[in-house]
Order: sequence, then structure tokens, then C-alpha cells
Amino acid sequence: MDLTFSPQESAFRDELRGWLADNQPDPKPVEGGEDAEFTWRRDWQRRLYEAGWAAPHWPTEYGGRGASMTESAIYFEEVGRARVPYAANVLGLLLGGPTLMAWGTPEQKERHLAPILSAEEIWCQGFSEPDAGSDLAALKTRAVQDGDEWVISGQKVWTSGAQYSKWCMLVARTDSEVAKHKGLTYFLMDMEQEAVQVRPLRQITGESEFNELFIEEARIPESNIVGGVGNGWKVALTTLMNERAGLGFALQIRLRQLLDDVIAIAADRGLLSDPLYADSLAELHIRCESIRLLAWKGLTDTERYGQPGPEGSLVKWLWSDTNQRLTQLAADIVGADALTIGTSWSYELMRARGNTIEGGTTEVLKNIVAERVLGLPRLKASA
Amino acid sequence: MDFGLSDDQRQIQQTAHELLGERASFERVRVHAEAGSTDEALWTELCELGWPGIAVAEAHGGQGLGRIELSILCEELGRSVAAVPFLPSVLAATMIEQAGSPEQQERWLPELASGQITGAVGLAGDGGEELVIGAAGAAVIVLVGEDRTARLLTPEQAQLSPVASIDPTRSSARVGAAADAGEELGGDVSRGVDCALVAVSSELVGVCSRALEMTVAYVKERRQFGVPVGAYQAVSHRCAQMLLDTEQARSTAAFAAWAADSDPARLPEAAAMAKAAASDAGREVTAGAIQMHGGIGFTWEADVHWLYKRAQVDAVLLGGAKAHRARLAAILANARVLA
Repeated sequence: MDLTFSPQESAFRDELRGWLADNQPDPKPVEGGEDAEFTWRRDWQRRLYEAGWAAPHWPTEYGGRGASMTESAIYFEEVGRARVPYAANVLGLLLGGPTLMAWGTPEQKERHLAPILSAEEIWCQGFSEPDAGSDLAALKTRAVQDGDEWVISGQKVWTSGAQYSKWCMLVARTDSEVAKHKGLTYFLMDMEQEAVQVRPLRQITGESEFNELFIEEARIPESNIVGGVGNGWKVALTTLMNERAGLGFALQIRLRQLLDDVIAIAADRGLLSDPLYADSLAELHIRCESIRLLAWKGLTDTERYGQPGPEGSLVKWLWSDTNQRLTQLAADIVGADALTIGTSWSYELMRARGNTIEGGTTEVLKNIVAERVLGLPRLKASA
Repeated sequence: MDFGLSDDQRQIQQTAHELLGERASFERVRVHAEAGSTDEALWTELCELGWPGIAVAEAHGGQGLGRIELSILCEELGRSVAAVPFLPSVLAATMIEQAGSPEQQERWLPELASGQITGAVGLAGDGGEELVIGAAGAAVIVLVGEDRTARLLTPEQAQLSPVASIDPTRSSARVGAAADAGEELGGDVSRGVDCALVAVSSELVGVCSRALEMTVAYVKERRQFGVPVGAYQAVSHRCAQMLLDTEQARSTAAFAAWAADSDPARLPEAAAMAKAAASDAGREVTAGAIQMHGGIGFTWEADVHWLYKRAQVDAVLLGGAKAHRARLAAILANARVLA
């Protein structure tokens, strides 16, 4: 057991930390709403890109640094610590790029990887549907072949960033005669066509991070199929496996910062010597450290032994629950600010409710832990 | 960064696991628990293998290995709930080695390391008599005060009345002593206590993981309404929660054991986190084990109650979760003042 970083890993951290100290993003725009904020994030990604920091986990041949998993986690820790925005094309960098590297044709890699990295083309993920959330393989969006094109019709939901996207990672049903996992195909859909309508969904925070997609006979060339017809489930799993890789470390640091801020306010208000607040804050500190330890254990075990342990699902479950508890406790400690629109505290209080739903609900994570980690039997679903 | 054990450590773990699997079956635990006796044959064997002295310096007759190696044995013995005085005795050795004078170390460590005598550690009550696990039969007792001072006593220097605790796999006694009885441990008592907390936490991790393992096996087998009860989410989600609690305890205990050897500045924080997490997990996971076993889990016949009882006693040993969260909050507040 050695819970220290190697000289090479420390050098990586120092270099990045130095760069971030010298290269702060412009101030977040106060006017112009989400569009202005997106432009700001896009500009920031360009600067990361120009310095070679947009996606250090990508291989060098595609413009990354070939960073190890540990270095990649360090990257997200430092990005979180520096409180800089996430790169605009986060889904392309984390999900789309790695999925193409695993399954894409040479032409697809040649065409798409560079514009993902530079934020020239933004990517979104068209998986979930109104009737296919946790049960993704039940999706109904249909793709029908027409010469060397496919014609797509259906509806997608929870599509983050669709309003800014050029490309959509779309999973559609190409064969309804076979078992539900087997009839799926993974497409790259050009969002810039009349047949694709984007309608923003307003969240309880008031903002619109995600959208509904209405697709009526959109056309996709055969050459934009990833991984072959009927192979969509496997390709989608590659995307989903990348979903929380790395980003979790940024979330853990964000949680840490929020907790430190709450502790600072509690100290200023003399609440640290109140045993009830002290007990709650200490419990949150333990959870926060457990998340850090479990996340690193999961990552380094995978890196060294090739086998991920049960930590992935546990970390997401524990993080989301802890963030909710923390933002709730902050409302007691911070007071009026936490209930006033426009403060970061009120935003976090609202936003945290999504944490136990997005990227796998806590209920589904518990099922995954029970079935795949503990080996418990699955209750047969009724037809 | 690597959370894995070294080859040597893995070897220790495997040997301990196999040996206790054979020699400390629940049948054997039950015999000794019901008789209220120590498993002398097993204890003798463990002493011959040098277990009580695993973390004691070679100069004092031990094996001179680290806190991680000690944690491995604590965890395996926690899994087995074997009726041996290992934990109380290594807690005493830990306190004396970390916080004792050279004379005190010379006087007590060789015999504690060889298992010739046993020891015990408890909290000094303010005037009252505290329950001290392993104190009945111990040749040396360390009482730790709230201000992290500690006194070393022989049984003759204390008022000691053996009692039956709810955990019948270990002896215990109510111990009282005058404030100036025995000798003071003059060294780094705080480090001694923190190292002791790591050992107790590791035992609790073992208790949790055995309780979870038994529960998972049971709910896969037990059928109602035509399906294994483990297929119901009310049951499977509780099992998932038991795993999460166990893994939180495991990760914080591992961090604390590592910090004790390799990052002493973080040990106070790490030990408080570990004991708080392990105390809560121990209670929750073993309670869950009884509940998920249903009626049979509440019977004397089923073995889960040995784990529940061990967890209850360990959870308060050297301070419970709330006490350690209070310590942790003080450490956090202090770190803010210093920063």
C-alpha cells in the first residue's frame, strides 16, 4: 500500500497546476444567459486545446498526452481545484472520442476527433427516451435503411447540450424482430437538419442543461454507423463505461470545496463548537474522504490489476447522497443566502436534487451493486 | 498510488484466513462462547506463530512488522470472532510500545509479544468503573483518560470485578482505579491511542464483511413467495447499503493504518475517521444481518448474533462514533486556526 504519487505523477500535477495558475479563464459572463455561458466555456476549451490540456487522457496520436488513468484523475482534481469551468465539449471529450477510438473506422476518427478536441464541433448523447430511462435497451427510436442512408424517427430526452451540438451519439432500433439488446445500432447524427428539433427542458434550477429531441425522418449516411449494424448495445456500453471515468474526481473536489466553505462559515458563526453541527460536519468530512479513498482505490486497482472493484457504483451513490446532505446542511448554516435566488448556495441546494438521478439513479445503482457485486438474484420483470 | 497489499502482506492475510477458517469455525466459537472460556488451544497456536507480537519491535521480542500487518490479523480475527484475547492484548502492547518509557517497554512488551501474558486497554471512568474488554485475566491494564493521558496498572493496583459482557467470546471486567494508581505512560499517548483505534477499526471491518457474506448467502437461499428473498429490493438494497457501509469502514481503516506507518501527521484525523466509520458500520451492518435473516436471525442457533455482539462492544471500545466525530471536528477547527 502506498498512498503517495510517483515523481512523474507529481510532476504532471505541478505542470498543470502551474499552467492553470497562469491561465485563468475570463470572468464568467453575467449577462447573456446560458448561451453566453456556453460561449465562455467554448473559449476556455480552445485555450486548453491550444496548450494541449483539453483531453490529456487521449493518446498522443489523437492530440492528447497519453496520460495514465492516475494522471487523468489528477487532471480532473486540478481542474476542480482551480474552479475553472468544464470544457464546453465535455461529452465529446469524455464519451464520444473514446467511443470512436474503440469502435470507429479510420475515416470516422480522421473526420471527428480533431474537431471534438478543439471544441469546433460539440457533441451530445442521444440515449434516453421518455419510455427508456434506466431500461435503456427498451428504446423505441427507429432507424430504417434507405439506399446508403438510414432514416431515423423517434424522441430522445435528457440530451445535455443538444442546443449547441453538431453531432449526436444516437442509439436507435434497426431490428425489432430480435431480442431488445440485439436490435440496436449506434449512429452519429448530424444535428444540423430540419428533421431534428431541439426543445429545452427547464430544470428546477430554472436553467436548461438538457433538452428533448424530436426526430422526424432524419437522415444519416451509412458511413456514420459506429461499430456495425446491430452492435449498438456494445458500443453504447463503451460510452457509458466512460461516463464517470475521471469526472468523478472533479466532483469529489467540488464537494470538498463546498464542505470547506461551509466549515468556514460555520466557524465564523461560532457553530463549530455546537456539538450538533460539529457532528454533522465531521460526518460529512468522513464521507468526503471515503469518496476520495474509494475513487482512488477503484481507479488504481483497475490500473494495476485490470479489474475494477465495486467502487464505481458506490462512489457515485455516496457522492450524490453526500452532496445532497451537504447542501441541505448548508441551508441551515448559511441562512437567508441559501434561500435567495442568484446565490451559489441556493443554486447548489436545487441542483443537488438531480445528483441522485442523473447518470444512474441511486435505486438503479443499488440494483447494480446487489446483482453484479453481491451476486443477488434479480427479480423477474413482468412482461 | 496503490491500495493493494504487498506479496508478504497478502501471504499473511491468506495464512490467517485459512488457519482461522479451520480452527475458529462457528462451532468452536460457540463452544467457548457458551462456556465463557478462552479457546486456549487456538490462543497457544497463535502465540507460537507470533501473532500477538506482529507489530512489536524485534528488540522487544516481536516480529517488527507494521500497523498494516497488525490490521490484517485484526480483520481476520474479527471475521472469525474467535474466542481469544488477541485484540485487547495487542491494544495494550500498542499503548506501551508507542507511549511507554524504555523501562515499561522492557518490562511488558516481551511477554505480551510472546503471549505469555495478556493485556487490556480501556477508558478511565471519572470515578466510576468502566467496562474493560479482556481485563479479567490480564496481567497489565492501560487506562486512557479523556485528556489522552494514560496509566499502566497491574490487576493488584486496580479494583477489578470480572463481569459477563454481551460478547461472551472475550473476558471483561469493570475496572476502577485511583487517579494516581499505577504508573503514568509518559510518551506519546495520543499516537498510542490512535494506533489502537486503527486496530479496533480493522477488527470491525472483519466483523462487517463476515456479517455481509453470511447475509448474502442466506438471502440467496431462503425462498418465500416462490423466489429467493434476496430478489426483493427491500432486501437487496439493504444488502447494498451494508456493502457501502463496510467499504467506507474498510477504506478509512486502510488509510489510517497506512498513515500510522507512513504519514503520522495525518494519523489523528485518519484514526478518528476510521473509528467513527467502523463503529457506525459495525452496528448497522450486523443489525442488518440479523434483520435480513428474519426470525432465524434472532435465534441463539444462528451465528450472526456473535458478530452483532462483538460489533456492539467494539463500537464503544476507546470511544464511539460520536466521540470520534467530535474529535474530528476539533481537529478540523484547529487546522483552520493554524491555516
